[in-house]
Amino acid sequence: MELLKNPLIMAGVTIAVVLGGILGACSYLIWLERKLSAWMQDRLGPNRVGPMGLLQPIADGGKFLLKEDVIPDHVNKFLYLMAPCLSLITTMLAFAVVPFGPVSHAPGDFPFVIAPGIDLGIVFVFAVGSLAVYAIILGGWASNNKYSALGSLRASAQVVSYEIPLGMSVVGIALLNHTMSVEKILMYQAEQGFAGWNVWYQPVAALIFFTAALAESNRLPFDLTECEQELVGGFHTEYSAMKFAMFFLGEYTHVITISFLTSVLFFGGWHFPVIAEVGSPWFLKVGVLLLKVLLIIVLIQMLRWTIPRFRFDQLMGLAWKVLIPMATLNVVIVMCVLEFELPRFWLLPLSAGLFATVGLISTQGSLPQRSLTAAPTAAHGHGH
Amino acid sequence: MPINESDVTWVSEPKMNFWESTFLPAIFQGLKVTASHIDGHTVTQQYPEEPVKLPMHYRGVHRLNRDDQGRVKCVACMMCATACPANCISIIATEAPKNDPVWEGRDKYPASFELDELRCIYCGMCEEACPCDAIELTHIYDLTGKTREEMIFNKDKLLSVFDQTKDSGVDPVRTHRGKLSGTADFQSLPPLAPATSVNPDDRSAKASSPGVISR
Repeated sequence: MELLKNPLIMAGVTIAVVLGGILGACSYLIWLERKLSAWMQDRLGPNRVGPMGLLQPIADGGKFLLKEDVIPDHVNKFLYLMAPCLSLITTMLAFAVVPFGPVSHAPGDFPFVIAPGIDLGIVFVFAVGSLAVYAIILGGWASNNKYSALGSLRASAQVVSYEIPLGMSVVGIALLNHTMSVEKILMYQAEQGFAGWNVWYQPVAALIFFTAALAESNRLPFDLTECEQELVGGFHTEYSAMKFAMFFLGEYTHVITISFLTSVLFFGGWHFPVIAEVGSPWFLKVGVLLLKVLLIIVLIQMLRWTIPRFRFDQLMGLAWKVLIPMATLNVVIVMCVLEFELPRFWLLPLSAGLFATVGLISTQGSLPQRSLTAAPTAAHGHGH
Repeated sequence: MPINESDVTWVSEPKMNFWESTFLPAIFQGLKVTASHIDGHTVTQQYPEEPVKLPMHYRGVHRLNRDDQGRVKCVACMMCATACPANCISIIATEAPKNDPVWEGRDKYPASFELDELRCIYCGMCEEACPCDAIELTHIYDLTGKTREEMIFNKDKLLSVFDQTKDSGVDPVRTHRGKLSGTADFQSLPPLAPATSVNPDDRSAKASSPGVISR
């Protein structure tokens, strides 16, 4: 126990817990996703390995490890092997500042975050998390395959575009809570109770953050980088066995991270009225937080099997024409509220107003439309 | 040939209203649909464990029917062999011996009737062509064999398929001796419904013959 007071050893223990937890969670979330999609489509899903197919993730993992490790002749070996490692490392690294329980700084206590006390938390997550696109670009480039290259080009365009609304949507939160530290934002919400949850003051930001984060993690409906109909497998066409599994784990870890961030930044983290208040025991807080995260992950999975994939111009239009202006206006609104010292509850009607304005502009607006086809000629003069 | 102007309907994209343009109601509607399917109901048939549910018109292994005296019903008319697109039926016909009580009332019967189950495409043309419903396709679908020769069914084997399936419930004997089959009984042809149902709002429903794509 005395040994655990050493912060280095404690950090090692935390890393071990997080690594084991995330890898286990990833494999069973994949099982959950397969089951959910099966039920939605009136199928059964994996049901052969173990009861309810519960041993399926273990069988899959074993298969990935034992499969022949193919490295095609035409690839750039160094970059080809580096890409999946980068994918896993960056997404795992981003999790370092995400609190997964009541954060404690006292020596000897389990800290519930790998790196406690990082004041630049949000910036760190975005900076490191968006490095994951390097893995995709490198994988696509090193594969020396046109489909992979196209997939990674799409990924870079997409991530660069969605990085902006993602960052902007959190600026409002940082301004309101006077901090960039994830754990301090959590505590600030928890101390103010249910009414202190950031989602009441920043509903539009929450929506933008969730959408942009979903796009960042390259999941449906934003998985243009690996759409099978057009790009075979996208950037991971040439990857097999454990290298493919590492890409997949990276993607899933990203999903877990954004779910944690959504619940911590907007939905009060481990706080829930009556069940988990500031003075509650740690297991209740962890339970509440994990339940919230699970709900968000299930929502993401349900969205994946509900919404069809965007077209690429729609994807870019959503980011540049809708999310970025909306996020900018949201930041302006927060600034105005803080500058003129209006009560915080003004943010809710103002956000609703912003949302309504954007909706109205898109229906009533007469923005110049780019004409894709020539107007019908006089010979067929029917007009539209 | 250019398309007639009057046949062209110009369609423009409908304008979206406020809620549609936010996409949120559509997303929630979609989530409601997908979530409503998570109720444990499934259309999967667990095949090796559960017996497979086949439609009544399933076309599996053939059988040669027997008449009420246990003789082969086939009159060796060669209609099936002629209709067969895969050329998998070969029949050698022979004359039924006169004054033999066994073949009373019969002129011809197949001395040999061979059907290559590997060559067959299970189209059911033989069944359609047969004037006396002697050859029928059964619901047996899991036919296997170790050699190609084994899969060429002779008369005895085809008759044994009849003995095996006639009481199984799904392959009833459809006709009785002395009568020609099905179509001979029709006084008039039954009216045929359109092959697919058509939405009454659809343009094709307002055509001169609804539900039918002309030319």
